Amino acid sequence: MEGFISTVSGAISSKNMSEPLVFHFEVDGSDFTSAGTASVTVKKNLRQLGLPSEVIRKLSIAMYEGEINMVIHAEGGTADVIVTEEYIDIILKDQGPGIPDVDLAMQEGYSTATAQIHSLGFGAGMGLPNMKRYSDEMKIDTVLGVGTTVSMRIYIR
Amino acid sequence: MDQYEHSVQLDRNKCTGCTTCLHHCPTEAIRIRDGHAVIDQDRCIDCGECIRKCPHNAKRAVSSRLESMKRFRYKVALPAPSLYGQFNNMDDVDYILDGLLKIGFDEVFEVAKAAELVSAYTRRYMQADGVPKPLISSACPVILRLISLMYPSLEDHVLHMLPPMEVAADLARKKVKKEHPELTDSEVGICFISPCPAKVSYVRNNFGGYQSKVDEVVAISDIYFRLLDVMKPENQVQAMSDTGLTGIGWAGSGGESTALLNEDYLAADGIENVNRVLEEIENGNISHVKFVELNACPGGCVGGVLTVQNPFIAKARLRSVSRCLPMAANFPDPSEEYIPAEFMFDEMPAYVPVSRLSPNFAESMRMMSEIQRIRATLPGIDCGACGAPTCRAHAEDAVRAGKRTVSCPFAETMGGSRK
Repeated sequence: MEGFISTVSGAISSKNMSEPLVFHFEVDGSDFTSAGTASVTVKKNLRQLGLPSEVIRKLSIAMYEGEINMVIHAEGGTADVIVTEEYIDIILKDQGPGIPDVDLAMQEGYSTATAQIHSLGFGAGMGLPNMKRYSDEMKIDTVLGVGTTVSMRIYIR
Repeated sequence: MDQYEHSVQLDRNKCTGCTTCLHHCPTEAIRIRDGHAVIDQDRCIDCGECIRKCPHNAKRAVSSRLESMKRFRYKVALPAPSLYGQFNNMDDVDYILDGLLKIGFDEVFEVAKAAELVSAYTRRYMQADGVPKPLISSACPVILRLISLMYPSLEDHVLHMLPPMEVAADLARKKVKKEHPELTDSEVGICFISPCPAKVSYVRNNFGGYQSKVDEVVAISDIYFRLLDVMKPENQVQAMSDTGLTGIGWAGSGGESTALLNEDYLAADGIENVNRVLEEIENGNISHVKFVELNACPGGCVGGVLTVQNPFIAKARLRSVSRCLPMAANFPDPSEEYIPAEFMFDEMPAYVPVSRLSPNFAESMRMMSEIQRIRATLPGIDCGACGAPTCRAHAEDAVRAGKRTVSCPFAETMGGSRK
């Protein structure tokens, strides 16, 4: 898992492969109702690429959870989806408060979401666990007070 | 793929090429070419949205005429529950059933009866182990086609129960056979009285390999005035109707769910709302409900484009029609253990990747990147002036056609936008 991020740019220069496709999204943190729009768009694009529906399903769930997390905890951020012939990377970047204890945050059911978020049906403490479950590799880089980058990889074959 | 025979069609003479339907088609199946709308038959789901929105009445739903039933010696009408909500000052369903006999049918079998049985069996189905959550209703033919074209990962969630129309056709046929053994199979004709163009397509296209037991689908709007002519308040009518309020309730959104006697459900209607709910299910966000009822038409079947009455008025009428009825009047044989095979269908239609760019993944990637490049040169106002519903769709069309450049009336003055 070390150096996972750098392999993304590495893939771009690799030979005999199609150029990776990059889909970039700004995730608006001010509007709860628009959370999830990026994953819908990505899903449409991946269907056009003819990817297996299991890959699309895994990716859309992982990405959706990530988007919701950014809206709940970090007032939004950016999402980049990089498609190569072998795998898909999702890079979610925010400038939120950071995650003080990643191991704790990864526990199912652990949540720091407010009562207001809970009343909307979110904040079940399944966000990060689901992202891990539906991706093949996941890495979290977080710095308190600076932000968090979650990188996920899903293999196509 | 075999040519799918659609009910929704265009009257070229009436079409002005105005782009209204273009913007409302949920599957982006419409383009304007040479000043007229063109429907992509592979993508059309017969939802009727373009019929509803066309300001020039240039879209229509083709269904059978009542006269097509003349070829049968014994004619059976299957009135959809939504038919009961079409008439003013009418609070007795028997007048409608009697009217159907008066306009030439030999027998009437209410689809609402079959709906009550389907509900009872669905309740039984949901008690079994390993039922996917949520289970998605299979009653609306538009939803079934939408899932088979756009949401392949949800096919396992679809309840494999036949819609009440098919169950009614099967039961009606058996009943006639028993009561009139002298009739041969081909002498008995089953006619569904439909609010819905997608039912026409469903019957004609052997959905998922299933051979429909319905012979003709006639629009409610086609027989409405004929029924009005013969339905007189002074008529002495026999008590014929045999359905409860749950059967009739199927005509409106939420009716099918109510009949499940289970609060863990969600009911959405209108194609846009339906799409949002399907996206949410795919995201794993609706796993807390057991049953999802989806109706493509606003308000449910009463909102079908082959009806006559405003759907909200129809719903109010249905309430007064069913006011004094029991919850249900039709129940399965209690000795049956599970669900009879004739209530189920085997398979969803095979997934057709209509939106796929190329069968070759690397080629699809190349095309997608070309689409992104061309899209960035377009202004992003999705005006429809080029004939495609969005700038993105315009770029896609160009790439699919192997073109490197596109013609946009506004690109020069407005420039491109990446958004």
